[in-house]
Amino acid sequence: MRLVVPLQGIVQGRGGLIIGSLIPCALIYFLRLHLKRHRSPSDRADLPRSGSRPYRSTRGSLAPARVSSRAESIARPDKSPYYVGLDRVSRDPFDEVDNPVGIIQLGLAENRLCLDLIEEWLCENLNGAMIGHGGDKDHLGIGGIVEYQPLDGLMELKGAMASFMTQVLGRGISFDPSRIVLTAGATPAVEILCFCLADPGNAFIVPAPYYPGFDRDMTWRTGVELIPAHCRSADNFIPSISALDQAFNQARKRGKRVRGILISNPSNPMGKLLPRETIHNLLHFAQEKNIHIISDEIFAGSIHGNEEFVSLAEILDAGEFDKNRVHIVYGLSKDLSLAGFRVGVIYSYNDDVLAAAKKLTRFSSVSAPTQRLLISLLSDTSFIERYLETNRKRIREMYDLFVGGIKELGVKYVESSGGLYCWVDMSGLIRSYSEKGELELWDKLLNVAKVNATPGSACHSIEPGWFRCCFSTLSKDNIPTVIARIRKVAEMR
Amino acid sequence: MTRTRHSRSRSPDPEEDSKPTTSSSSSSGGGTAMRVIVPLQGVVQGRGGLVLGSVIPCALFYFLQLYLKRNRSRKPPPPSPSSSAEHLPEVPGLQRTLSRAHLSPRGPGGPAHVSGRVNAILRSGDSPDSVGEKKYLEDTYDERSNPDGVIQLGLAENKVGLDLVRNWMVENGRGVMLGDELSISGITNYQPFDGLMELKVAVAKFMSQAVEGAVSFNPSQIVLTTGASAAIEMLSFCIADAGNAFLVPTPYNPSFDCDLKWRSGVEIIPAPCRSADGFSLSVTALDRAFSQAKKRGVKVRGIVISNPSDPVGSLPNREALYSLLDFATEKNIHIICNEVFVGSTHGEGFLSMAEVAESEDFDRSRVHIVYSLSEDLSLVGFNVGVVYSFNQNVVAAAKKLVRFSSISSPTQRVLVSLLTDTRFTQNFIRISRERLRKMCMGFIEGLKQLGIECMTGSGGSYCWADMSGLIRSYSEKGELELWDKLLNTAKIKVTPGSICHCIEPGWFRFCFTALTDKDVPLVMERLQKVAETCKSRS
Repeated sequence: MRLVVPLQGIVQGRGGLIIGSLIPCALIYFLRLHLKRHRSPSDRADLPRSGSRPYRSTRGSLAPARVSSRAESIARPDKSPYYVGLDRVSRDPFDEVDNPVGIIQLGLAENRLCLDLIEEWLCENLNGAMIGHGGDKDHLGIGGIVEYQPLDGLMELKGAMASFMTQVLGRGISFDPSRIVLTAGATPAVEILCFCLADPGNAFIVPAPYYPGFDRDMTWRTGVELIPAHCRSADNFIPSISALDQAFNQARKRGKRVRGILISNPSNPMGKLLPRETIHNLLHFAQEKNIHIISDEIFAGSIHGNEEFVSLAEILDAGEFDKNRVHIVYGLSKDLSLAGFRVGVIYSYNDDVLAAAKKLTRFSSVSAPTQRLLISLLSDTSFIERYLETNRKRIREMYDLFVGGIKELGVKYVESSGGLYCWVDMSGLIRSYSEKGELELWDKLLNVAKVNATPGSACHSIEPGWFRCCFSTLSKDNIPTVIARIRKVAEMR
Repeated sequence: MTRTRHSRSRSPDPEEDSKPTTSSSSSSGGGTAMRVIVPLQGVVQGRGGLVLGSVIPCALFYFLQLYLKRNRSRKPPPPSPSSSAEHLPEVPGLQRTLSRAHLSPRGPGGPAHVSGRVNAILRSGDSPDSVGEKKYLEDTYDERSNPDGVIQLGLAENKVGLDLVRNWMVENGRGVMLGDELSISGITNYQPFDGLMELKVAVAKFMSQAVEGAVSFNPSQIVLTTGASAAIEMLSFCIADAGNAFLVPTPYNPSFDCDLKWRSGVEIIPAPCRSADGFSLSVTALDRAFSQAKKRGVKVRGIVISNPSDPVGSLPNREALYSLLDFATEKNIHIICNEVFVGSTHGEGFLSMAEVAESEDFDRSRVHIVYSLSEDLSLVGFNVGVVYSFNQNVVAAAKKLVRFSSISSPTQRVLVSLLTDTRFTQNFIRISRERLRKMCMGFIEGLKQLGIECMTGSGGSYCWADMSGLIRSYSEKGELELWDKLLNTAKIKVTPGSICHCIEPGWFRFCFTALTDKDVPLVMERLQKVAETCKSRS
């Protein structure tokens, strides 16, 4: 009753405007406060109505323990054709002898062309490499692999890595071992840089088409967004500043803060090497917008063409640009065929980023036995030289063979010089010129031809019909089989 | 008007935010303001009804609240004034940098900023722990070459079984990695990121062995990571969202501060335990911390404990673990149990959380265990951690997230060989426990003779000593003064209680497993000198 009285007063014209609005406001405020208090232990989304349940049932509440929303979205099965394809291959892999009707893997950029060389080296050097020679009582031997090590990598390995990078990324560049941070693969290297350069809600510009794994590495845990800057087949898929600028302005308009550009060189999935001039332009652009550049150069040693590879590090050495904003990612998975070793490199010119990355390697360190092994491997310069040369020769052979087969099919492709893959234009084979048509073809390739290639849409390509085909997991004898299988689909149309 | 102001503020996604509100607020110019007042006037003048008079202001207020909430919802909840001073440094410097960055001119020459979260991590570099570590690295004790150097007692590095591992490696030689029939592609090619199935089976078996067969672990619930830190971080990502919190009984292992919070943006709410209870787990303290968090509007997603507890070294009994699980069930939150020191228990009575979870009709999906091969097998450099979760979603997410923390295959191959050698592992566990027990007794006895009492622990490679008698002022400052004296005068690097967030000053953690028998008397001698100077002054 008492509550109604002042309202009555208002109705009868005796109250004021203030009371008339304040009282109901206060009422609803308290009501909401009350409701909120009683509901707060559970997010509304989490357990509606369960508030009182668990109190009564002692052990074994019926309310399920929910995982975080970020984990929920990660745990969901993937719909991206890139991962679906990889998954399908792992369940039914092609094998000449055991499973000749299995799926042939063209979706994984893994280098199996030079395993014989690695094996040979390991057989000769394995014992000494890991626990010291002959197993004498020298305490450094085993202690070196089982004790606490600096998490960002042993200094010896960094030294060896620096000279290896000089060999691969450019003879003229000298890499400073103290600017190297070693991580458990290039994947965490990219993620750590993303954590270091951007806050949740910020964005990175990525020239598209780009490697599908970046979506996971850059966005999953960091809360950062990737904004594609579309490159076109007409420009030969070389990133243009106008595309970057457009992406930058779009982000701006949406209130997104752009913190950097992420490029891959040689580009993945196209295999193009960035021309010197483009790199200059990119650096100018970054400087003008005051943003960072991450350059993923993991395929730098897997060059099969005659073009010259130019590392970002080389351009920086000329001294024209502010180095603080440049970070290079490298790894041994591709160029040294050691994907299983999980060794990645962050090479940053920014001291703060280095200091932070060193701390963050506590979550992604390379284990000591592997490091020991790699110190021996990388210090064996004559082996490394022989390996790099043979590797290049074999990649070129495979590329020529594969491209030859593709030509026979009458299908176009992008002439490239780097990487373990070929970027093929199958738009002539798709029924409708759209993403849907492309995915139909992908499905046919996977299920009818039993070939797993990565469709362009998984790489955020805006032109439909492109496919990335990795040829380095095949042997030469497999190529005719692959071509024959693709031909079957091509002729179905 | 509202819209432009809005998009410049730090709401991360203004598009989404402002859309629903523009219809109600930005379209309302001066005209609507009038229209709003008119019915009120009507009310005042007695012409409106009771209904209009109360409904309209209510609705207005409701929309205002809705508007405020929408605009705020994406940000992490602001620290309330009630949060004590010790929480303040935990709030990452991210809020401020964001707005700053908008002001900074984008012209050339401006320095390239690093992210706000990383700035916060960089600033955490001046803790006593890192200062001590630096000093230790500069001036490391060595019996022959640097007898006056700093002795490391701050790192839980288990060296007691090193010779056993070394002998095994030497005996097994090259077969260790390549095996006899294995091809090279088994180590060079891409492997499943979450670990080889063979290794998971071996690890599950070893974990069972470490608890004397009390639990059998299921290999399909295992995800292998590069070390326990990565395992804990991954669970933090999977269980809590940014801005949520974990309850952690104090004193706790200082590395939790990095592993749980740094990148995941999750907060730690300490639940202080006291020496009077032997620093044992208390549900009352947890409950109090939980209600405090609730009051501040922070959502608690789980409890994180160490078993055996680190730094105290005690083992929670069955009762304590049951009540903990009851508490978690009641609040519907998770439990992360860090059992990295299982194999280093040297007394009786270790009980794994897995055993408790399986023993009764609990909802197991809230229990997650972290395990490590580093501490127990004296294989620190191998850096292998284990997530063992009863929650399918967590396992599924962890399997995908482990792409950022996968173990290199040569190491996995070595471990498969090592762990499947059951004779070796059994022998190893037995001998290393025996040695640990002896070392622990010897060390505690030594401290006792100096008049320093320890918590009687039966787990871990460390002991938790009460040196409050030696500090000048009973406060954190006094404690850090003593710590400084130990480091610079006595040249002993220990872990002060304050960085373990212990609320009682004067406690220190001594890790004794990196010492040899000969080192122990030297440590005691050095400690005695400090003890004497402290006592003579007081």
